[in-house]
Amino acid sequence: MSEALERAVALPVSDADPFAHEVLLDPEPLHQALREAGPVVYLSRYDVHALARYEHVHAALADWQHFESGSGVGLANFRHEKPWRPPSLLLEADPPRHDAPRRVLSEILAPPALRRLRTRWAAVAEELVDQVLRDATEFDAFVALAEAFPLRAFPDAVGLGPDGRENLLPYGNMAFNAFGPRNDLVAADAHRVAELSAWVNAQCTREALSADGFGAQIWAAADRGDLTHEQAPLVVRSLLTAGVDTTVHGLAACLYAFATHPSEWQRLRERPELARTSFDEAVRWQSPVQTFFRTATTDVTVAGTVVPRGTKILMFLGAANRDPGRWHDPDRFDLTRDPSGHVGFGMGPHQCVGQHVARLEAEALLTALARRVQRIELTGTPHRHPNNTLRSWAALPVRVQTVA
Amino acid sequence: MAGSSVVTDAESGVGAGQSTPGHAATLVVAARERVAEDVVSLTLARPDGGRLPNWTPGSHIDLVLPEGATRQYSLCGDRWDAHTYRIAVLREPAGRGGSAYVHDRLRPGDRVGVGGPRNHFPLVPSEKYFFIAGGIGITPLLPMVHQAELLGADWQLLYGGRTRASMAFRQELTDAYGERVHVVPQDELGLPDLAALLGTPRPGTKVYCCGPAPLLAAVEAACAAWPPYALRFERFTAAAQTGPVRETPFEVELRRTGHTVTVTPEVSVLEAVRRAGADVLSSCEQGTCGTCLTPVLEGQPDHRDSVLTDQQRRANDCMFVCVSRSCGDRLVLDL
Repeated sequence: MSEALERAVALPVSDADPFAHEVLLDPEPLHQALREAGPVVYLSRYDVHALARYEHVHAALADWQHFESGSGVGLANFRHEKPWRPPSLLLEADPPRHDAPRRVLSEILAPPALRRLRTRWAAVAEELVDQVLRDATEFDAFVALAEAFPLRAFPDAVGLGPDGRENLLPYGNMAFNAFGPRNDLVAADAHRVAELSAWVNAQCTREALSADGFGAQIWAAADRGDLTHEQAPLVVRSLLTAGVDTTVHGLAACLYAFATHPSEWQRLRERPELARTSFDEAVRWQSPVQTFFRTATTDVTVAGTVVPRGTKILMFLGAANRDPGRWHDPDRFDLTRDPSGHVGFGMGPHQCVGQHVARLEAEALLTALARRVQRIELTGTPHRHPNNTLRSWAALPVRVQTVA
Repeated sequence: MAGSSVVTDAESGVGAGQSTPGHAATLVVAARERVAEDVVSLTLARPDGGRLPNWTPGSHIDLVLPEGATRQYSLCGDRWDAHTYRIAVLREPAGRGGSAYVHDRLRPGDRVGVGGPRNHFPLVPSEKYFFIAGGIGITPLLPMVHQAELLGADWQLLYGGRTRASMAFRQELTDAYGERVHVVPQDELGLPDLAALLGTPRPGTKVYCCGPAPLLAAVEAACAAWPPYALRFERFTAAAQTGPVRETPFEVELRRTGHTVTVTPEVSVLEAVRRAGADVLSSCEQGTCGTCLTPVLEGQPDHRDSVLTDQQRRANDCMFVCVSRSCGDRLVLDL
């Protein structure tokens, strides 16, 4: 009783709505307020505890024993609410069930296994950049590059057929909205749930996948018994859900960063080997995946605050990635910084299993661009697209000056 | 060979086991307990009490002996306890020094170098398991049994040993799981009739076996008619685990920038090359996430990560600089 009273007094409370449009479009003010309010903040509107400081977000991401994913990594608590689709075997699972799918996918997407894609994707990027620059020097870099490149590279690597690929981005947008509350963004997608889900599920079958892609390798793992045949299509689904929009908005963040930081673009042009680091710095700076939830497996104490068993914890990855307690001059996009340790890909057992794929895509595109483009600048206001989880883009109008 | 709980898969050997006590992986013996005749268990923790890298049933760690060679021991503790590892080691009079070191030298409070964890013996999903342990081969199977129970799988454990008193964790297993555990002490009951137990393939059942070579050979023979991939085992091997000891500094050349740095035992290659101005992206700094993969142009890395397969390790063409080091005097990296 007295303990509960103390907690009520000590715990900062906020009635802010992290999923309101104006916050999704410009989340930094809320991030700062939450970081400053305390290590744990109670969000009264949703009855959840929020973590926004690097130290506590990092610790919670690693601590799967106390912060579980199996009850859903969105606001919905699968202990009480039915998920909108069969839960992910990776994102929405905990050890031990998480072990086998994670092991299989980690091996398929590990850096040594991706080497064969490096040359292929460099050529794809070269071709795309040529094509874009041949047509115009002013264009929407979001559509022409950030969307176009992953859509050319990734579905082929998975082994998808040619038809219906236009469904990938809307499906991802819908899936990432579904981690938030049932707000207008979720309602706006509702009429397409059945159709998009049916298309995605159809792509996950063995028959739908070419023999040489990640998808076929997942099925081969099932044939070896490393997964069950029931698990295989759901593991393929994880690739299709989490592998496209995230990279698209990560690349857009990177292009936006360079368009607004011309000296950093010069630095990259002088040292193209900074491509990977610059992508990670952009992921830190913009955090394409802004938030994920966990659920407390027991009464767990975070910096003196007891988070009750079974309640949801909202982790602000974007806020952690700009925590001045961890990063010097955090709001600056800075290629001289070492972004290692950012939580834009998460951390711990659920850390993005496709991060090496994303980095390879970014490296291919940025390297091709750096060779051809001297300057890149905005020609108008870039537009964001609100999404409950992703820091999404709608338009990034730019002008480029090509190398003579 | 009867004996130690040295467990490696059949492929280990070349390069494996050559090690340096990495600064990031010095653990302290938090507890030492006799768990059967000639078997002690060690509980290991970080000196600062922090979280240890995650592991899965079937994983082993490398224990670094004072002379620098390593021995592999299966983790047999509770993965829900993120702060300790547990291993159990059989005294092996004819062994190569690992069990003697653990039995005679290591005491609570002592520090010991540890590499890994890595898993060559993962528990794959199944509705039914048949676990077969011979002697100290119980160690990797112990967490598997707990996990199978947790997942509601239909499982049985056949646990053979010389005598009841020699069989580690026997009592705890029979107390917890009753009839699922079949204890077969050789002095009372002789050897189990594997042909009768395994002769008829059971669809949907995975067989997991760990123990001395004759047991594995017998299980393999008895499972001849089983479908591919149904049988999974981990061998006790005496594969050479000795190798050049590097408690001395080595040089790393950064080919692209032309710098050469000396890596002393207290620092990681990652730290050393960063000080030399190389931009190397890292993330977990525990050898598990795979971010800091760096191409190796010359030299033989001492791989200490949990990512590369044995085949990839042997290729010597890349390394994870956050934890891996050098076997020789010099490495050349594409940095």
